[in-house]
Amino acid sequence: MSIEVRNLVKSFGAYRAVNDISLKVESGELVALLGPSGCGKTTLLRIIAGLENADSGQILLNGEDVTALPVREKKVGFVFQHYALFRRMTVFENVAFGLRVLKGRDKPSRKQISERVNHLLKMVQMDWAGGRMPSQLSGGQRQRVALARALATEPRVLLLDEPFSALDAKVRLELRRWLRKLHDEIHITSVFVTHDQEEALELADRIVVVNKGAIEQQGTPEEVYDKPANAFVYNFLGNVNVFHRRTQDGSAAVGFVRPHDVGLSKVRTKPSDVEGLIVDARIRGRQVAVEVSVAGQERAIEAEIARDAFKALGVAPGDRVFVDLEAITVYAEDYSI
Amino acid sequence: MSQPAPALDPAWVKGVLIALTVLFFAVFIFLPLFLVFAEALKKGWDYYVSAWTDRVAFQAIQLTLLTTAIVVPLNSVFGLAAAWLITKYNFRGKTFLISLLDLPFAVSPVIAGLIFVLVLGSNTPVGAWLGTLGIKVIFAPPGIVLATLFVTFPFVVRELIPLMQSQGREEEEAALTLGARGWQVFLRVTLPNIKWGLLYGMVLCNARAIGEFGAVSVVSGHIRGETNTIPLHVEILYSEYNFTASFAVASILVFMALVTLVLKAWLEHQFEKSEKGDLP
Repeated sequence: MSIEVRNLVKSFGAYRAVNDISLKVESGELVALLGPSGCGKTTLLRIIAGLENADSGQILLNGEDVTALPVREKKVGFVFQHYALFRRMTVFENVAFGLRVLKGRDKPSRKQISERVNHLLKMVQMDWAGGRMPSQLSGGQRQRVALARALATEPRVLLLDEPFSALDAKVRLELRRWLRKLHDEIHITSVFVTHDQEEALELADRIVVVNKGAIEQQGTPEEVYDKPANAFVYNFLGNVNVFHRRTQDGSAAVGFVRPHDVGLSKVRTKPSDVEGLIVDARIRGRQVAVEVSVAGQERAIEAEIARDAFKALGVAPGDRVFVDLEAITVYAEDYSI
Repeated sequence: MSQPAPALDPAWVKGVLIALTVLFFAVFIFLPLFLVFAEALKKGWDYYVSAWTDRVAFQAIQLTLLTTAIVVPLNSVFGLAAAWLITKYNFRGKTFLISLLDLPFAVSPVIAGLIFVLVLGSNTPVGAWLGTLGIKVIFAPPGIVLATLFVTFPFVVRELIPLMQSQGREEEEAALTLGARGWQVFLRVTLPNIKWGLLYGMVLCNARAIGEFGAVSVVSGHIRGETNTIPLHVEILYSEYNFTASFAVASILVFMALVTLVLKAWLEHQFEKSEKGDLP
């Protein structure tokens, strides 16, 4: 089931939360809406769900215009940042809710409901918790129940609003991988909102980078990470060294280079190498993060090199090194960070 | 092993505070409570019972019960509607509306009663028009119900607004995305979430509706056997120097207050438990 958004606009007072966004999500895709907080990504998701009304624009599900449909008839599954489980219902009743409110012909029998709920709880590995109250579960468990609840009514698409951001780091990672696996099994068209670039890169088939109510770039994780369309995307996706320079014609320019693209050597290897002084070297997993201060650059340049390479280099804080910045990408400076 | 002294006030502070509290309770609560019953039973049990079952007293009890039976459900519905409006929607003038809700607490009950006399009294246009339809509001039970409605309005809504605010809209939104209709959301999600708070507000509203004196006194007209409520009847008996009967009827109010206190304590307990999520 594909999702299409056409020229969507939404303002809150004078503030444009969504500024003419058009977007297509193909059937079965898992797409991340990535952007800083307040960029309009959650508003966009809520409009798709029907929880918020757009000022203008259209939402199409599988080519059918559903812009004016009430939430209830849109048949989208929605997962909230803070789970939004019904606090007075057991886990089982939470998941069964969407089936129990069905009317007439569609209303499943008691037995069908019970089978479906148990199946879903098993799928999210929560079948042991049917009789528990939400307050007795951990954050990660609650979010899995919320996911089962959203899937119970067989929604056309699944929308997730910062689904992992309220969880602690370890659970977040675990749940992220688990969701990826689940999506590979059931292939429901899904859109999730996140401000965590790592999460978007790891989980999504495609990333839509949103800033100030508009789309900056969309593409596969490789595309947006390796070929950022502009300075904002470069800066937002991953760790980066920033250089402010004046070009020959006098206009301001900004250059970016990722720490793992920065090379270090003891002797000058290229004419463009910059000389600097190591101020700090710290182990980061299998890498070493080296900070080099360079004349004319306010903040130290960060280089990330493999531990072996660092050992082979044989340098320590206080030593002089030559920094290779050939991988730098330069944009005209038309925005502020 | 000696415990290190906790960083608290010295023991005598605690002692003095306890003594003050006990003294206060003794003078202002237990002594009057005792005296009410002592006075009420002064002329014996039979007299006590007869003060209750007297035709006029019986009418006052009836009118009080009738008033609360109308007022509490209505104010629960109004309170729910107002709390729903205020917590689930954004609109202009919301802050103003919230402060208006407190008006009945801010105004003296006597003024509240007078407002109704000035608007609906038989010498006003509205009152005269109602009179031609054969409806008497002021110096009649409808006026008493109206005045009580006004005075007790804030109890339910004041209880619900902070509760509903803290619960947010997400559960309702989740229910909507799962295909629930408006009334299904209300019955299955909203109402269970606020039921203890709602009941608590209703108990407070009920207590005040039974005990309201000022506003009711203005609109009642004190017609014996017709427009007296329990508090008004107590006052009339007292001003006629019929102390024993007066205290006997007053003891009804005391009983009702005790029931209210017990209910209130129980509801508070349930409320706390349910907020922790231990109760369905």
